[in-house]
Amino acid sequence: MAIRVAGALESKPKKGVVDPIELLGRTILRARVLEDKLGNLYRAGRIVGGVYLGKGQEALSGAGGLALRKGDIFAPLIRDMAGRLGFGEPMVDAVRAYLGSRLGPMKGRDGNIHRGDLTRGILPMISHLGAMVATVAGGLMAKRMKGEKGRVGLTCAGDGATSTGSFHEGLNLAAVEKLPLVVVVADNGYAYSTPNERQFACEDLVDRAKGYGVDGHGVDGTDPMACWKVLHYAVERAREGAGPQLVVGKLLRLCGHGEHDDGLYVEKKMKSSERGRDCLNVMEEGMKKRGQEKEWQGWREEAQREVEEAVAKVSAEPVPDPFEEDWRATQSAGMAEVMVAS
Amino acid sequence: MSVTYLDAIRSAQEKALRDDPRVFIYGQDVGRFGGAFKATKNLAEKFPGRVMDSPISEDAMVGMAVGAAMEGMRPIVEMQFADFSTVGLNQMLNHAATTFWRTGKPCPMVLRLPSGGTPGSGPFHSQSMEAIYCHYPGIVVMTPATVEDAYTMLLEAIEMPDPVVFCEHKLLYYHLKSEALPESAVPAFRARVVRAGRDITCVTYSAMVHEAVVAAEELAEEGYEVEVVDLRTVKPLDTDTVLASVARTGRLLAVGESWPWGGASAEVVARVASEGFELLDAPPKRLNAKDTPIPYHPNLWAAHRPTAVRIAAGLREVLRY
Repeated sequence: MAIRVAGALESKPKKGVVDPIELLGRTILRARVLEDKLGNLYRAGRIVGGVYLGKGQEALSGAGGLALRKGDIFAPLIRDMAGRLGFGEPMVDAVRAYLGSRLGPMKGRDGNIHRGDLTRGILPMISHLGAMVATVAGGLMAKRMKGEKGRVGLTCAGDGATSTGSFHEGLNLAAVEKLPLVVVVADNGYAYSTPNERQFACEDLVDRAKGYGVDGHGVDGTDPMACWKVLHYAVERAREGAGPQLVVGKLLRLCGHGEHDDGLYVEKKMKSSERGRDCLNVMEEGMKKRGQEKEWQGWREEAQREVEEAVAKVSAEPVPDPFEEDWRATQSAGMAEVMVAS
Repeated sequence: MSVTYLDAIRSAQEKALRDDPRVFIYGQDVGRFGGAFKATKNLAEKFPGRVMDSPISEDAMVGMAVGAAMEGMRPIVEMQFADFSTVGLNQMLNHAATTFWRTGKPCPMVLRLPSGGTPGSGPFHSQSMEAIYCHYPGIVVMTPATVEDAYTMLLEAIEMPDPVVFCEHKLLYYHLKSEALPESAVPAFRARVVRAGRDITCVTYSAMVHEAVVAAEELAEEGYEVEVVDLRTVKPLDTDTVLASVARTGRLLAVGESWPWGGASAEVVARVASEGFELLDAPPKRLNAKDTPIPYHPNLWAAHRPTAVRIAAGLREVLRY
């Protein structure tokens, strides 16, 4: 059954209680400030390869990452800086992956949004869309077999990824196994430049939940507190054993597909609609209404300091050296020796 | 008491399930039904919750195994036929195979592929897929030819920290028999000289080993001694054993049941030509299936794949150079 939540900023937080507004606010600000910096570094020629940003999608992504706990599995996609930071990926690791630091989680062997840290439960995405759905399902099956209880896996997809066979196979498998999997679809209206009407023919992607036999939740992806509520609800449903949860957030990406793309194909009408709102502006307005303008500004300044420190630190770190690389694609004893001989 | 090649595969899985709580089996019809070829017969009953039927979703089956392996399990995925593993290629080639390189963390899983031709099986139930998996870095590809290897190599595959593609030959399942399960194994990644010879080396693997041995016996009657080398594991390829054999014989015929373009037999010829050129008394040759889809009718099929008769002819050609 699809549940739609109309979100609004809550009244002032009580003392001693974790304030979701602060958690989500700080997270989406950190993501935005970092991504603005990454865009600048890209334009300055300091980042090799693509830069894919999640501007406008921070609330949905961040709410997902924040709804998880340590021990859960998180498999982000390309626009999930906020989810990553919310789940606990160190900002410095994100910068390392972009600048190719040897100290980063991928050691320069892979970069940018393909980073992950299996020791933290962050799976490094492959570029083939929909692939992470079955992989998170596998991680959850493993946890079930190992007797780890109360774990949730969350993976992110875009509207385009829902057209893949992988997405379908993975979600169907998870539904059959009744796994605690949350699939968050950020429906931003375009898969690269292809609009929804060339991508799928159903009215709303959340309606597909019924076909899979899973719970579906639609949410306004531009409304931070609505995202918070829906993601926490979906994650808790999964944790309680209600099986997979499909969350579809409608929003717009407020940048190109990558920083190489001007995104001019996005209709002006859509940009000026409610769907084109910037979730950060929505949050800032709410903060103003609560009289917390100063807090918001303080969080932004903190984020700016953190980003500058991370970039300065990583800029001084060593880069990969092909002569020190061991060039081994497998771990099995003897394999490298035999292959080097060729 | 005899043990078939299929019994060996089932017994290896049973031993792994018994000895290692991280091992589980996932595949179509592998549960109570025991698998299309009965490679998992009775295992679901003996190991409840660890031998599970999957939906018909090869991509998700392999993707699930990748996730489980990342969580420290040792999944075995059975493809109903090797041919259907094309649907799961993305997860195997781009995900499983890249994980160790990208993250430094292992992705230990076994993809079991019932491979190769059998009479009447046609284009979509006869394929040998090893060449495709070998092409991608990050995967071990095993092609056992004997009951003993089917057992010991599958156990090795399950213990390995890397993704392993285990190509088991359907033609050998029921007919290839041995007295008992082996107690020792040839070292991992090493080829084996099946039959010693001095005149020509025939390098092959999987079911073609048996065809090559028959061809070698035929040539023995003509006065030629053929050395047959079973690669056992095609990736990594044991170049040392191959070159040592060619050093003894001076001639090479590489035989594979799969298609001619690229692949394990092409790799053997390439390595011998480039690293053992001065050992050769004749141009190295290879023999593969014809470059068409695999035919249905037994008359066509018998002419499509290498057989003892065609291997013998190929060996004579190299010997007469």
